[in-house]
Amino acid sequence: MTRSDVQLMLDVKAGDDASFDFLLQKYRSPLVHFLNRMVRDTATAEDLAQEVFLRVYRARKQYTPSAKFTTWLFRIATNLALNSVRDTRYQKLEVPIDAPTDSEDAAPRELPAREMRIDEFMVERDRAEIIRRAINSLPEKQRAAVLLHKYEEMDYFEIAGILDCSEGALKSLLFRAYETLRVQLAPLVTQPVERRAREGRPS
Amino acid sequence: MKCEEVSKGLIAYVDGRANPAERSLVDAHLAACAACRTRAEEFRNVWSVLDEVPAVDPSFAFDARVRQRIAAEPRRRWFEWFVPQPRLALSVALLMALTVWVVKAPMSHLGSANTAAARQQEDFNAIKDLGVLENYDVLTKFDALSELPASGTEQPEKTSPGGQTTND
Repeated sequence: MTRSDVQLMLDVKAGDDASFDFLLQKYRSPLVHFLNRMVRDTATAEDLAQEVFLRVYRARKQYTPSAKFTTWLFRIATNLALNSVRDTRYQKLEVPIDAPTDSEDAAPRELPAREMRIDEFMVERDRAEIIRRAINSLPEKQRAAVLLHKYEEMDYFEIAGILDCSEGALKSLLFRAYETLRVQLAPLVTQPVERRAREGRPS
Repeated sequence: MKCEEVSKGLIAYVDGRANPAERSLVDAHLAACAACRTRAEEFRNVWSVLDEVPAVDPSFAFDARVRQRIAAEPRRRWFEWFVPQPRLALSVALLMALTVWVVKAPMSHLGSANTAAARQQEDFNAIKDLGVLENYDVLTKFDALSELPASGTEQPEKTSPGGQTTND
């Protein structure tokens, strides 16, 4: 019989380390994928993912199944990623301490790439890199929402739980994020069509 | 429905998470609005373009590193098993202090009550014979002989000019 994540975590709480290993194997890849897309650094993403599991293990005795296990897990991961992104930003850039704090709508300051147009990046001919940069140019909370929505395929209720907002607020957040991506990635969307036209192939 | 209202539901429409009622509303609007139809199509394209980003898998050493970090966690000392949390320990200490205070407080209060009772007893003893003392006082001050009219030395009453009798 397959045990649910909550049951596995309760078993970990009771002292069953094998259940922890099971959770580790089940969620290491989704966590590393998510964190890598959030922080855009493989080593940092791995380190943060390990930190997530470490925190889960530390908190096992106090665990109460009040929400889905994945909501709890990705909430820890999101908070760690957001802190890491902010820390890295302040290390990389000299940002005045009294500068306005970044809300979800504020333009992210850490990305010089944002100031460049997407068609300037086209010379790189690396579609994946362009897409990564476009995602990375989103404000942090919008980025987390898109990654959880698109790549982790979570439902709105769970993402709202992770990001600690209402479902309505999340829908607005996602709409603004996809609207930005729609504009930024427009050249990528039309490029295959133009290429096919140039090559004389039917679309 | 207005375009603005529809646009917020377009993401759920494109990702297939809209419920049938929402879906039919958006369908009806898209059938009549070319602009929203184009935008929905663009969202759908963006959705598929995002799939082009490859995921980076964890390294082979990932699990080992997690276990290593768990093993490196400081072990709890034996007495910490009796004190599972600092906050709990503080609560227990406060509770014990409160218990001691509550137990001690009535005793000191009782002591003062005892003192008061002793004082009351003293007062009672003092007034117990008060009637006798009062009588004694009356009796000692009562000069029965002075109240008796002197039979041989009776003085004549003075008579005022108006015929009124006065006593000195």
